[in-house]
Amino acid sequence: MASTIKLRRGFDIKLKGQAKKENCVAVHTQTVSINPPAFRYSTFKLLVDVGTEVQVGTPLLYDKKHPSVVVSSPVSGEVVAVHRGDRRVLQEIVILADQQQKHIEFGPLNLDSMDATTLRTSLQQAGLWPLIRRRPFDCIALPDENPIGIFVSGFDSAPLAPSVDFLIKGHEQAFQAGLHLLTRLSQAPVHLGIHATQTQSAALLKAEKVQIHRFEGAHPAGNVGIQMHHIRPVNKGEAAWYVHPSDVVILGRFVLNGRCDFRRRMALTGSELKEPRYVDTFLGASVQSITAGEFSGKKDVRLISGNVLTGTKVNSEGHLGYYDHQLTAIPEGNDLEFLGWLLPSYPRPDISRSFLSGWLKNRVYQVNTNTHGEERAFVVTGQYEQVLPMDIHPTYLLKSIMYQDIEEMEKLGIYEVSEEDFALCEFVCTSKIPVQKIIREGLDLMYEDSMA
Amino acid sequence: MKFLKDRIIEWRPHFEKGGKYERFHTVFDGFSTFLFTPDSVTTQGAHIRGGMDLKRTMFFVILAMLPAFIFGMFNVGHQHYLSTGEFTSVGDGILEKFIFGALKVIPIVVVAYGVGLGIEFFIASRKGHSINEGYLVSGLLIPLVMPPDIPLWMVGLASAFAVIFAKEVFGGTGMNVLNVALTARVFLFFAYPTYMSGDMVWIADKPDTYSGATALANSIQGSTGFCTTDMFLGFIPGSIGETSKLAILMGAAFLIFTGIGSATVMISVLIGAGIMGLIFNAIALNDFMRLPFWNHYLMGGLMFGAVFMATDPVTAAQTERGKWIYGLLIGMMAVMIRVFNPAYPEGIMLAILFGNVMAPLIDHFVVQSNIKKRLARA
Repeated sequence: MASTIKLRRGFDIKLKGQAKKENCVAVHTQTVSINPPAFRYSTFKLLVDVGTEVQVGTPLLYDKKHPSVVVSSPVSGEVVAVHRGDRRVLQEIVILADQQQKHIEFGPLNLDSMDATTLRTSLQQAGLWPLIRRRPFDCIALPDENPIGIFVSGFDSAPLAPSVDFLIKGHEQAFQAGLHLLTRLSQAPVHLGIHATQTQSAALLKAEKVQIHRFEGAHPAGNVGIQMHHIRPVNKGEAAWYVHPSDVVILGRFVLNGRCDFRRRMALTGSELKEPRYVDTFLGASVQSITAGEFSGKKDVRLISGNVLTGTKVNSEGHLGYYDHQLTAIPEGNDLEFLGWLLPSYPRPDISRSFLSGWLKNRVYQVNTNTHGEERAFVVTGQYEQVLPMDIHPTYLLKSIMYQDIEEMEKLGIYEVSEEDFALCEFVCTSKIPVQKIIREGLDLMYEDSMA
Repeated sequence: MKFLKDRIIEWRPHFEKGGKYERFHTVFDGFSTFLFTPDSVTTQGAHIRGGMDLKRTMFFVILAMLPAFIFGMFNVGHQHYLSTGEFTSVGDGILEKFIFGALKVIPIVVVAYGVGLGIEFFIASRKGHSINEGYLVSGLLIPLVMPPDIPLWMVGLASAFAVIFAKEVFGGTGMNVLNVALTARVFLFFAYPTYMSGDMVWIADKPDTYSGATALANSIQGSTGFCTTDMFLGFIPGSIGETSKLAILMGAAFLIFTGIGSATVMISVLIGAGIMGLIFNAIALNDFMRLPFWNHYLMGGLMFGAVFMATDPVTAAQTERGKWIYGLLIGMMAVMIRVFNPAYPEGIMLAILFGNVMAPLIDHFVVQSNIKKRLARA
């Protein structure tokens, strides 16, 4: 086995409300939604209307630029709402789910006899293509590009993140079939990143047909972008694909059964949930259905689809995002705190050793959404570097984005990054600079410059 | 606290845009956020944020300066009574010494903060910015690098000059090229050299007959003129905060322990000074060069500059490798200026300012090497 890649820089934020693996049950979701804003830089057009009956695998949307790329329905049922935002941009398609799911049959794939083009076409027809994303830009993989590699991160190091071992438990065969499918989509190798000590699942440890890379270190070691940077960094003009392990399972089930099955195991986490746990449900499940309103206190609660660092705020009537495997509930922090900057009235995680928390590495925290300070200019240096295990100068990259110098951004490594890799930088930032927003603005600029 | 909190929430709307006291928003914001960390919640990006903010950072730097500040007050009194021959032993008249020192030092602090913060508040409200905490540190650093006998109007003038021309014209804290407190000092040094150098200014209200030469000035003759223990503990004449190396090292330990000051910069400055000192020891062309190199650590402001001024994150190099080069450069320059140019006995001031100016260039080369690596890979 390959040697371990040790990442010394990073930070694990340990929070209250880790999902328990016991009592993981299947939960029927009343409604499911597809949120087109999750598909960055794609303009999707509707193929259905309110009232249309759909089956699992019925195309709902197609990409204006690449009409072969469609998003299909994760459940069978009836389209009950189409929400649009400003300038009639599609925000959400809501589907009322049947109790008994009906599937469109596409027929199993023969990985040994079918060529890459045929396989790609099958995935696109079934609406599974959007599960494959690419760097740079974190958008859906282009249907006809040749990636330098396909990356799967076999562990998630984000705060309260679901255990990948557990997400694929019971689906080992489908997972392996999915990996096999990925190897057949292009000439590029498939890289699977696993944690050197925490990964236990044989499906990951003994995965076949892929290159296994062992990583060790704190968050963001589990981010696929960080793993790419250390395995095979993306250069200008190249693309690397990546797929979440749960979605590898979805792809694998398609290979084996010939039909789409968008069931996903989701982690319900955070201090405001009475019983943090896992549930088996559908991609885009409704928050109400899966939590059944089980929030503990009377406090204002922030519901996040995803983790606390990179997730999206949702309301209690909302749905989980297309790419999210986790729901986090934490209290809002809308309260003034007397001399909070000097004498914190409750413990909070930070890398700074000026707090006791900087020394107690294993303490578990209840956090809230307070910003703990106001935005300022860049002052403190060396902080971002402590939590960014990449050979990149973060402050310089951020500044080049702020003054919109595309050439400089390229030289400083914008193609290798995504906002999720910088989320910890934002967390630790003394000046409370909106780091993730800046990174995305930079990527938007690059996209306009190179792809649009 | 509940009372105060309710008042702030009650009054806040009056200071917002469109409120009765809109133009005092900056002042209200400055004071209310000092008392209460705001109730603002995250709206984009990460949903949770660390506890560290600029107020805490700056306050911890002030804490680190306190030992040097307190000892400085005592030493101003001690040197005075030493010169008059009243309490010649360290242990005698401690209270008198403190009172004398406080009467000298506190007004300087008040003037430095008053003038500097006044300008900050004024500019911040004109521009509609919130007040940046950076001056809380500069306002205490300025008194600590002044001779005890400095006239107060000079402190005010220098603080104003530094805040306006070293900081605000560049866009405020975070944007400045030169260290603000050192700009204040260098302004006085060149504008009023007789008040900032020589043998007369380092001991407050001393009789003319008593020699007030500092260790640095003495060293031209090849000897510091003070015993090593006194130089380490700080019972020597000098700028208010620079004399006690022990107090400064306590501050340094605190800054490194809490992770707020850059150990890299501190250590590299000291290594740089040591290297230059050893080179001079080896060349040994004059008496100053022959002075054993370690004396440089104990005299003048080298230690103070290394710990509190070279480490200023805004004006120092920003990359880790850059910090090493930046520190070494400052340390070497400081000793070189001391030895080569006795007209400017305090080399560290000019060396740090030189380092400040060079820092972006140093970083540029460090970043370029990263870029080259990336290009070579493609």
